[in-house]
Amino acid sequence: MKLTKFIDRALLVLTWLFAGLTIAVLAYIIFHIVINGVPHLRLSLFEIRHTSANVSMLPSIVSTLFMVILTLIFAVPLGIFTSIFLVEYMKKGSRFVNVVRSAAELLSGIPSIVYGLFGLLFFVEFLGLGLSLLSGSLTLSIMILPLVIRTTEEALKSVPDGYREGSFALGAGKLRTIFVIILPSAIPGIFAGVILAVGRIIGESAALIFTAGTFAQIPDNILQSVRTLAVHMWVLSGEGHHINEAYATAVALLAVIFLINALSTLAAKKIFSIA
Amino acid sequence: MLKCKFDVKGLDLYYSDFQALKKVDLEMSENEIMAFIGPSGCGKSTFLRTLNRMNDIVEGCRIEGKILLDGKDIYAKNVDVNQLRKRVGMVFQKPNPFPQSVYDNIAYGPITHGIRKKTDLDEIVEKALKDAAIWEEVKDRLRKSALGLSGGQQQRLCIARALAVEPEILLMDEPTSALDPVSTGTIEDLMVELREKYTIIIVTHNMQQATRISDKTAFFLMGEVIEYGKTIDIFSNPKHKRTENYITGRFG
Ligand SMILES: Nc1ncnc2c1ncn2[C@@H]1O[C@H](COP(=O)(O)OP(=O)(O)OP(=O)(O)O)[C@@H](O)[C@H]1O
Ligand SMILES: [Mg+2]
Repeated sequence: MKLTKFIDRALLVLTWLFAGLTIAVLAYIIFHIVINGVPHLRLSLFEIRHTSANVSMLPSIVSTLFMVILTLIFAVPLGIFTSIFLVEYMKKGSRFVNVVRSAAELLSGIPSIVYGLFGLLFFVEFLGLGLSLLSGSLTLSIMILPLVIRTTEEALKSVPDGYREGSFALGAGKLRTIFVIILPSAIPGIFAGVILAVGRIIGESAALIFTAGTFAQIPDNILQSVRTLAVHMWVLSGEGHHINEAYATAVALLAVIFLINALSTLAAKKIFSIA
Repeated sequence: MLKCKFDVKGLDLYYSDFQALKKVDLEMSENEIMAFIGPSGCGKSTFLRTLNRMNDIVEGCRIEGKILLDGKDIYAKNVDVNQLRKRVGMVFQKPNPFPQSVYDNIAYGPITHGIRKKTDLDEIVEKALKDAAIWEEVKDRLRKSALGLSGGQQQRLCIARALAVEPEILLMDEPTSALDPVSTGTIEDLMVELREKYTIIIVTHNMQQATRISDKTAFFLMGEVIEYGKTIDIFSNPKHKRTENYITGRFG
């Protein structure tokens, strides 16, 4: 009796301790970046053209946005259609579904630099797309595809079967049921997956160094090399004498991530609250 | 003599290797309310769902025997299942409105079957909601989510949704089991009214409900139809001992 009470107490204390520790670490990282980065935010860091003197990050901010958009254009429809196929068309627990699922799980565990090497060999060299926005985004699409598939699958599965039955019972076909009834109610879940994917794209550096290169410019077509913010940071800190600018870039990176999260949450609230 | 709608002959149904229906023979006539009663798990829902082929989507489910609707086999190769389900509407035990507005819930069926004109749809929606005795309660909130309605209102909305595609037959699987007595009463009155225009088949666990509203009753037990006929006869003068035991509550 006394012992269980003691264990209860101890567990509670431990939980609080670790929760506190997590928050403290996170807060410290943000604090550290802000303290070291904000004083070095200069106007010259946001010039249209990047030179080795001004190390402007504006081209990288724009490139990051392009990279996110292009990658999502490739990966999201493909991921959604794959999940629809797996959940709505294949039999539950069929062999094929299990194979695809295990493959996706395996893919999501592979370190991103391996994707980078694959992208280099396949997109950059074999397909001859060169170090480019396109090669980079194709590589990242493959990287985030398992994430999109898994979250969409969960979202589809959580749509009550009653909706499907209700729709079929009215004489609606499968396609209409999926696109008019099921997908709309799965969108919040799919959306959450997409936001996670965006986070991975913004934070990715290893896979992009090999596939999109490190050329800092605002690209005017998708076959040009680009340098996203994360890669920009990597370059700056590697050069050794731009540590301060690297911190300033980190502040911008944080800001971009916060902004995208806030905007998408806002958008989600707008879209999904039926009056 | 009323016109026969459904004619079921020697129907067997299997879920994989479990036989859920055994040699069911039944006839259901136009403008009648037919009630299915019987203990839990005896196959009432299963049987109901064979009538609009909802079991098609259940894996491992297969049937033998014949179901004729107006003399035509509904399991024949050339039957369009979606057209069949348009003719044979269904209301489920648990109200299942779509997470959309009241209006869109009702309009979904007609739009599915090709009605696009706004004025036509408006008319259908209003008529269906009136037929289902819920118009007065929702007419000022047609554009609001159907999920905000009470359970009883949701169920009447689902009935309206089924009526909006103008079915000939309405299948109802325990439509009032989740509802309070007032909502139940409303829906029962509704069924009696709807009988004028539709053929209604209802599954119920409530003996009083069966006697109150149904013309014919079929008693199911372990996948078999033990007895069926006029509701008054079944309840006042059951031929089988097992039917009598069930309706007097000495059983199941
Ligand atoms: N999808 C399914 N797969 C396998 N067996 C099923 C399935 N659906 C129903 N059964 C079985 O078939 C039998 C009949 O079930 P059914 O749902 O038709 O009963 P019911 O008479 O409607 O019962 P209740 O009154 O509880 O709703 C039960 O033994 C049930 O376990
Ligand atoms: Mg049932």
